[in-house]
Amino acid sequence: MMHTFIALVEDKPGVLTRVASLFRRLNVNIVSLTVGRSERIGVSRMTIVADASPTASHRIMASLYKLENVLDVDDVGQASCVVRELALIKVAATPKTRSHIFELAEVFRARIVDLAPESLMIEITGVESKIEGLLQVLNESEDRILEVSRTGRMVMRRGQHTSRVLDAMRVPATEANQAEEEDPDASTALMAEESGL
Amino acid sequence: MSNASQSDTTRPGTTVLTGAEIIWATLEGEGVREVFGYPGGAILPAYDALRKFPIRHILVRHEQGAAHMADGYARASGRVGVAIATSGPGATNLVTGIATAMLDSVPIVCITGQVSSKVLGSDAFQEVDITGITLPVTKHNYVVTRAEDVAPTLREAFRVAQSGRPGPVLVDITKDAQQGTAAFDFTAAAPKPYRPHPMLRAESAAITDAAALIRNAKRPLILAGHGIIKSGAYDQVRTLAERMQIPVASTLLGLGAFPATHPLSLGMMGMHGEAWVNHAIQQADLLIACGMRFDDRVTGTLATYAPNAKKIHIEIDPAEINKNVKADIALIGDLRQVLEVLLPHISTVNESPWLRAVNEMKGSASVRDIKNIPDSGHLYAAHVMHDLWRITEGKAVVATDVGQHQMWEAQYYKHNEPRSLITSGGLGTMGFALPSAIGAKVACPEKEVWAIAGDGGFQMTACELSTIAQENLDLNIAIINNGFLGMVRQWQEFFYEKNYASSPILSPDFVKLAEAHGIPGATVTTRKQVEAAVAAARSRKGPFLINFLVEKEDSVYPMIPAGAALHEMIRRPEHDPLLETASDS
Repeated sequence: MMHTFIALVEDKPGVLTRVASLFRRLNVNIVSLTVGRSERIGVSRMTIVADASPTASHRIMASLYKLENVLDVDDVGQASCVVRELALIKVAATPKTRSHIFELAEVFRARIVDLAPESLMIEITGVESKIEGLLQVLNESEDRILEVSRTGRMVMRRGQHTSRVLDAMRVPATEANQAEEEDPDASTALMAEESGL
Repeated sequence: MSNASQSDTTRPGTTVLTGAEIIWATLEGEGVREVFGYPGGAILPAYDALRKFPIRHILVRHEQGAAHMADGYARASGRVGVAIATSGPGATNLVTGIATAMLDSVPIVCITGQVSSKVLGSDAFQEVDITGITLPVTKHNYVVTRAEDVAPTLREAFRVAQSGRPGPVLVDITKDAQQGTAAFDFTAAAPKPYRPHPMLRAESAAITDAAALIRNAKRPLILAGHGIIKSGAYDQVRTLAERMQIPVASTLLGLGAFPATHPLSLGMMGMHGEAWVNHAIQQADLLIACGMRFDDRVTGTLATYAPNAKKIHIEIDPAEINKNVKADIALIGDLRQVLEVLLPHISTVNESPWLRAVNEMKGSASVRDIKNIPDSGHLYAAHVMHDLWRITEGKAVVATDVGQHQMWEAQYYKHNEPRSLITSGGLGTMGFALPSAIGAKVACPEKEVWAIAGDGGFQMTACELSTIAQENLDLNIAIINNGFLGMVRQWQEFFYEKNYASSPILSPDFVKLAEAHGIPGATVTTRKQVEAAVAAARSRKGPFLINFLVEKEDSVYPMIPAGAALHEMIRRPEHDPLLETASDS
């Protein structure tokens, strides 16, 4: 089954290799992996979608935590989340065939972001099934798809959720985010909670 | 640091040093007094600075030896072992030793020289991507390219090596980082504090449940693992066992964690465990796994493993929970801390019918005292181990290699003290005995140290005889010489129709080899000669080698074939002149 993990990791060279190598060692295929900066200074956010047995989640999480550069891990498989993926799709299209692609884009709430004499580029955002739906329709209408670039899944829990581990570690927010200073008493309590025994 | 240059002082406690000097100053600050290493081009700046610091450097003959010595040092003392090598081949030679430490969770720090940061990645002379190579066999590793990063990185490496589940850490330091200068302030270079694994938690509900399981168990058993030694939970495990009269079975690396001569001690479990131990596991209704990881060598096939038992798994690494054996209750945390919370919930019992049953199983099945076997003229390795145990009064630190002699040692040398058996359990690294014994002797010069190796494994790292001679180390070497790669031959006998493919091995005259190094030795061919040879070795100040020519085609019994159930043991044939340690009932 598909598992989705969020790993908050130190923004340092070689961290991606360590994470990827862990999945390689467990012989688990990574379906998608997106990495970017997070809301904290020096912390990157990875969203990893992996195809593994239903019971593999605990071991993958525990193994991720064993990596020195991994700060927090969340398994969002069962949680209530917003899931998004972005895709750019380039389709061969002449002035004569463009109009029905415009119609398709309209139906899928996609946007045309580039138009050339022989091709056009569609930008679409949504859950994977929506993107796959558009690709399928394009294929069936015999428009030649020239290129597809997909970001892979991005996931965020709904509601007032943030990393309790990073709060407990007092990892500061990036400048853009520093207005929301956290309550120091709350983070002390969390730190005591996180330290287990 | 003692004579280090103090050219510039920017603030109190701060001195400007070269990166090379900072390496040693940081090691000194971490309490390191001995290191094991081998110089070479990319680490030469560090070696040049060594004379300024009160650190003893033991020159090895092969970098694999340096890593094993650091490993033996750490296992014997509990302190971090340090190995040093140059770039390229020096670094790659460490890899087997690093993997050995990784599989057995031993805290070592390996420092490797690296080519200058300007030429990194250019296939420069003796350049190898050692952090890439060691990524899966280290707990963590680092590349340092600036002098100012040397101290903070090394200090963090020491913290990582020792904290949580310990393990090896490698720090790769470029030549220009060693040659550059930086302000050195040991205190300011302190690493960020240890962050407990966020999954580390023993919920109080789980503790209560575990205590109830233990109190209500009719046939409980403690599985004593390496974690007891790592966390120093000897007293707690002993209290648990004694209070509830719970028998204790040990893993190979758990030997010594619970006194072998204690009435509740059963001995080693698993592939070459005593019959009664494995039968007890299969009959138990509760297993209390203390700092062990249910390796395939102790479980046999998982399908039939301890079918009647609930399992309480106390373990510091959450990734071990439910990996092989499903735990009914997992208590994740430092073993000693968990047991301290658990013990107040455990009451005292005076009577255990189960213990009586286990003892009966043991009593009727064991003929342990092999010293009473009539001397048939044959010399068995088991005799040697038993005599060694008897003569050294079980007080020696024994470093073994891997194979038959390792199992005989585990069966017949009864370890009452933790850190007195040094053996490669997880990786099963041949060639481990001699260098790890050197490390143990350097760490504990006051202890009697024996290296026990087979004729095969000994030759893998025999070059370290020269290290022993140069350092004049007072350690004794026993070679269990049967002319075969013994365990390979045993498997070929049992599972490959006695096709002894490449298992007969020719060896040099080991006594002459020792003499060539200025090390005296003796060859022993009969049981009668054992005592005198061991006495000669013990009385001599300095190294001594004994070449025990033992029965060629003896096998280790009992044996559970790989993938078989724990109770499906191959037993010693009746006609065999060596009495079994357990009956064929």
